[in-house]
Amino acid sequence: MSLLQIQNLSLSIHGQPILKDVSLSIDPGQIVAVTGESGSGKSMTALAVMQLLPNGADATGTIELDGQELLDRPEAQMCALRGAAIGMVFQEPMTALNPVKTIGDQVMETILIHKAMPPARARARAQEVLERVGLPPDRFPLGRYPHELSGGQRQRVVIAMAIALRPKLLIADEPTTALDVTTQAQILDLLKDLVLEYGMGLLMITHDLAVVAEMANQITVMRHGEVIERGATQHLLQNMQHPYTRMLFEASDHQVNLPDPTSPQPLLEVTQVVREYRLPRTGLFDTPGSHRAVDGVSFTLNRGERLGLVGESGCGKSTLTRAILGLEEVQSGQILLDGQPVFSGHRPNLAVRRKMQVVFQDPYGSFNPRHRVARLITEPFHLLEVPPTGTERQERIAEMLTAVGLRPDDAGKYIHEFSGGQRQRIAIARALITRPELIVFDEAVSALDVSVRAQILDLLADLCAAYDLTYLFISHDLSVVRTITDRVLVMQSGKIVEQGETEQVFSNPQHPYTQTLIAAAPKLPDIHVETA
Amino acid sequence: MSRNLILGSALSSLVVLAALVSFVWTPYDHAALNIPDKLQPPNAQHWFGTDHFGRDMFSMIMVGARTSIAVALVAVGIGMALGVPLGLTAAARKGSWLDEVIMRGNDLVFAFPSLVIAILITAVFGAGAINAIIAIGIFNIPVFARITRGAALSLWEREFILAARVAGKGAARISAEHILPNVANLLIVQGTIQFSLGILAEAGLSYVGLGAQSPTPSWGRMLADAQTMVSFAPHLALIPGLAIIVTVLGLNLLGDGLRDWLDPRIRVARA
Amino acid sequence: MLRYTLKRLLSLLVSLAVASVVIFAVIEVAPGDPASFMLGVNAQEDTLAALRAELGLDVSKTQRYFNWISGMLVGDFGTSYTYRTPVSQMIADRLWVSLPLALYALTLSTLIAFPAGIYAAARRGKPGDLTVMGATQLGIAVPNFWFAMMLVLIFAINLRWFNAGGFAGWDNGFWTGLHSLTLPAIALALPQAAILARVMRSSLLDILAEDFMRTARAKGLTRRQALWRHGVRNALIPVLTIIGLQFSFLLAGSIIIEQVFYLPGLGRLVFQAISARDLIVVESVVMLLVFAVITVNFLVDLAYAAVDPRLRSRT
Repeated sequence: MSLLQIQNLSLSIHGQPILKDVSLSIDPGQIVAVTGESGSGKSMTALAVMQLLPNGADATGTIELDGQELLDRPEAQMCALRGAAIGMVFQEPMTALNPVKTIGDQVMETILIHKAMPPARARARAQEVLERVGLPPDRFPLGRYPHELSGGQRQRVVIAMAIALRPKLLIADEPTTALDVTTQAQILDLLKDLVLEYGMGLLMITHDLAVVAEMANQITVMRHGEVIERGATQHLLQNMQHPYTRMLFEASDHQVNLPDPTSPQPLLEVTQVVREYRLPRTGLFDTPGSHRAVDGVSFTLNRGERLGLVGESGCGKSTLTRAILGLEEVQSGQILLDGQPVFSGHRPNLAVRRKMQVVFQDPYGSFNPRHRVARLITEPFHLLEVPPTGTERQERIAEMLTAVGLRPDDAGKYIHEFSGGQRQRIAIARALITRPELIVFDEAVSALDVSVRAQILDLLADLCAAYDLTYLFISHDLSVVRTITDRVLVMQSGKIVEQGETEQVFSNPQHPYTQTLIAAAPKLPDIHVETA
Repeated sequence: MSRNLILGSALSSLVVLAALVSFVWTPYDHAALNIPDKLQPPNAQHWFGTDHFGRDMFSMIMVGARTSIAVALVAVGIGMALGVPLGLTAAARKGSWLDEVIMRGNDLVFAFPSLVIAILITAVFGAGAINAIIAIGIFNIPVFARITRGAALSLWEREFILAARVAGKGAARISAEHILPNVANLLIVQGTIQFSLGILAEAGLSYVGLGAQSPTPSWGRMLADAQTMVSFAPHLALIPGLAIIVTVLGLNLLGDGLRDWLDPRIRVARA
Repeated sequence: MLRYTLKRLLSLLVSLAVASVVIFAVIEVAPGDPASFMLGVNAQEDTLAALRAELGLDVSKTQRYFNWISGMLVGDFGTSYTYRTPVSQMIADRLWVSLPLALYALTLSTLIAFPAGIYAAARRGKPGDLTVMGATQLGIAVPNFWFAMMLVLIFAINLRWFNAGGFAGWDNGFWTGLHSLTLPAIALALPQAAILARVMRSSLLDILAEDFMRTARAKGLTRRQALWRHGVRNALIPVLTIIGLQFSFLLAGSIIIEQVFYLPGLGRLVFQAISARDLIVVESVVMLLVFAVITVNFLVDLAYAAVDPRLRSRT
């Protein structure tokens, strides 16, 4: 008998249908992944099992845990099951813990709320569980507060809370999406080990097919609240039936063909750049310490070259980006664009700025919500000595919108009328409109669903051919950098630890950190997909 | 439109209308003494009754609305005119000595409740409606500076501001072009709330004699006059009090309604 | 924690210093010479000089400022121009009315607002919430001194449960004193409670939407357990700010309310002083009020650190 059996689960919230006839099952010791893009209903499926649905939700069908129906359980009985029989781990470890309570109290709470054991034993168990998830009490005493831990460590605490009473079923909703790739690998290993050790069933919600392929025994692919395809992982990946599954698989490891770069000629020269931040004082009479976010970085970006910059959070890549864009001054070293410094006399150099544009990560925060598209994409005209006006301006707007795959009459719309992918196209139009020498893509595709991401990557490849783009592509996502750049820099703790031809670096990494990074990144199995 | 917005704007415009109409028409001369008709309860001739000098309460309430609205409006104007630029500047120069000075200055002004400012001004220059305006206005400055800075700071972190900086725009231009329009809704809502607080503060100051002086009619002073007669002519206290409540309630409902209505996310969801 | 406290303490001292300069400067602007005001127009020049010396007015402004400050530090607030008695004595007598009144009102306001706010947040959108919100909307709109007059009309004049005014004094027992402050405290507290309840509710609603509340529910806590164990303490952080601000409103408000109830507090003192142009009394009372506000905000800062461990360790 299955541990968890979901049959014909349909869900509507305030009459809006969310899930339609979802069925899946999990056996003890089995990892079942539910995957799909945003809006597929995968998280709602998890919340339905927990019966933690938002107000106004109406669920029909059956959800059986150990043969017992959950859907018609009274709330009091569900409370007894949650945390004891079913544990749950969430996506965002930074906010999943109560900031004003110690980690020990929060782990013990799971035990005490179910009156599973007296406080003294609960304390011992909490210590035991925290040690099991990799937080030994000598280094992470129970009295620590969440803000004293890193994201990965916090996620371990959340897992400890979920497994403290050894539940039969663990639900993990995008448990590693917010984490760096090396941390992700550790957390995934931990989850796998726990499943093996405790014989739990694990329902894993994730958008990342590569993670699914490495972790799961069974896959369920969802779209628009419906199950598209399900089956044993290897079998399903070898015999994908549904075109959507094939598209998802292809998009997850989307390859583009970049045109050959033009003859090398230095455009951006970064020499021995150092950027330090003062840290808050630790003691009353200490001199404040400082943190070198960027520590003696040098590199050259040639005209027509597509350069990647990879590294994990906190490695200094954002600081370096801001310095290159002239948004922050550096303490020492030099950044030259076309032979001129980006900062001159403590002020950003406008003549240099004119030659650079940027595309940011967040398609929702990148635009002033009160302006129309025409005004949004022409903002860089401010840099020009003679900005185009009248019909010339109209033509430039129309040309750019067409170039990024939108229509000229989109110019009159507000930004909230566009989807995330469309917004990123508008951001690219804004970056291109002054025909800058250099475009900086700062995690420009990281917030997008894989299918949209693939489309934007295609667009970039097309634009490279049409406009001879030179860009610096900053990303934590190795698979994207691998296909969209010619050369790559690997950054760790403020330093460039390795640089070289992209393919060279990925296939034969020299520096141990690069090796770790590449080894940690989950990979899709090598399956050729026929896409329609 | 929400119920709050409809009810709030109805009540607020009722009061504003009464104040405006009072310039051209009141049922009686609000200052005319008519001792034989004194202390009448509300009736057909005098809808709100008469006071101890036989003056028509309805006319006095209408004219009193002018004082309340004028004082509160100018005080909000002072608060916005000085507070918003200060808040924008502090946010644009976050962490600099200028930000520090502005914020410390704000903290300092917060230590002087408007009543205390009014006491100081009155002690030195004597009482009057201008004092009330200045006292309430000064206290409004840090209110607007603080909320403007708070909202502006979170906007400065947004990527569209970074994009504007990359487009070479300076702090002043970004503040005017991108920050101010995006905090405008907040300022309108806060302005409505401060307006209602201003009405309350003006009434309080006039009540203790630190606000508008005779013969300028004011709801607060009407209440002060009523105090000794409340046992045998309760309408003298009830009616100005209800006038204040209706005004303040109307403005608060308007503020809440505007907040729900102006927030673009909510509006998009409705469209 | 020590560093945080010392930093706050330093900022408290700087604020007090700047505030005292501002108050002193404003009072200095006042036209006229207190000595000639006290002695009338026909006073002899040598009597005037003697009085100026007695009042400490015969030295430079800077010197006078430092005399004023150093005097206050040892509890000497100077001599009243009209009563010729030490200002500190006058203030001390009145403070025993105004301060207990403000604290009484603050206590009432908190005791009403916390349950009301938590109740409304827990029943968001339901009739209970709407009732509380409607009541608070009305409460905010009511001027406290008018509410005080209505309380007098109902509970003192008609029902005769309380005296219409005056203060029985603490000498006749704590409860007698408290009884005569009850109506004024209610009048002060209710409008503030309305504001505080709204802040409590919205702050709690923000917290209820946080991820860690969902984590708590996933552990098996009921809605109510999650609210009390994880919600309330986090929601307190913005609420504390408002409580700090409210204290200054209550102290200032008590000056107005004292007029309604004829209470011999600081308000009465300061209004008498204004009409008698007894500026030294005004100056000292204002300084005292500002001192109280700044000190309370300092205490609120310390309370933050007690509630929020992130503040404790950051410094």
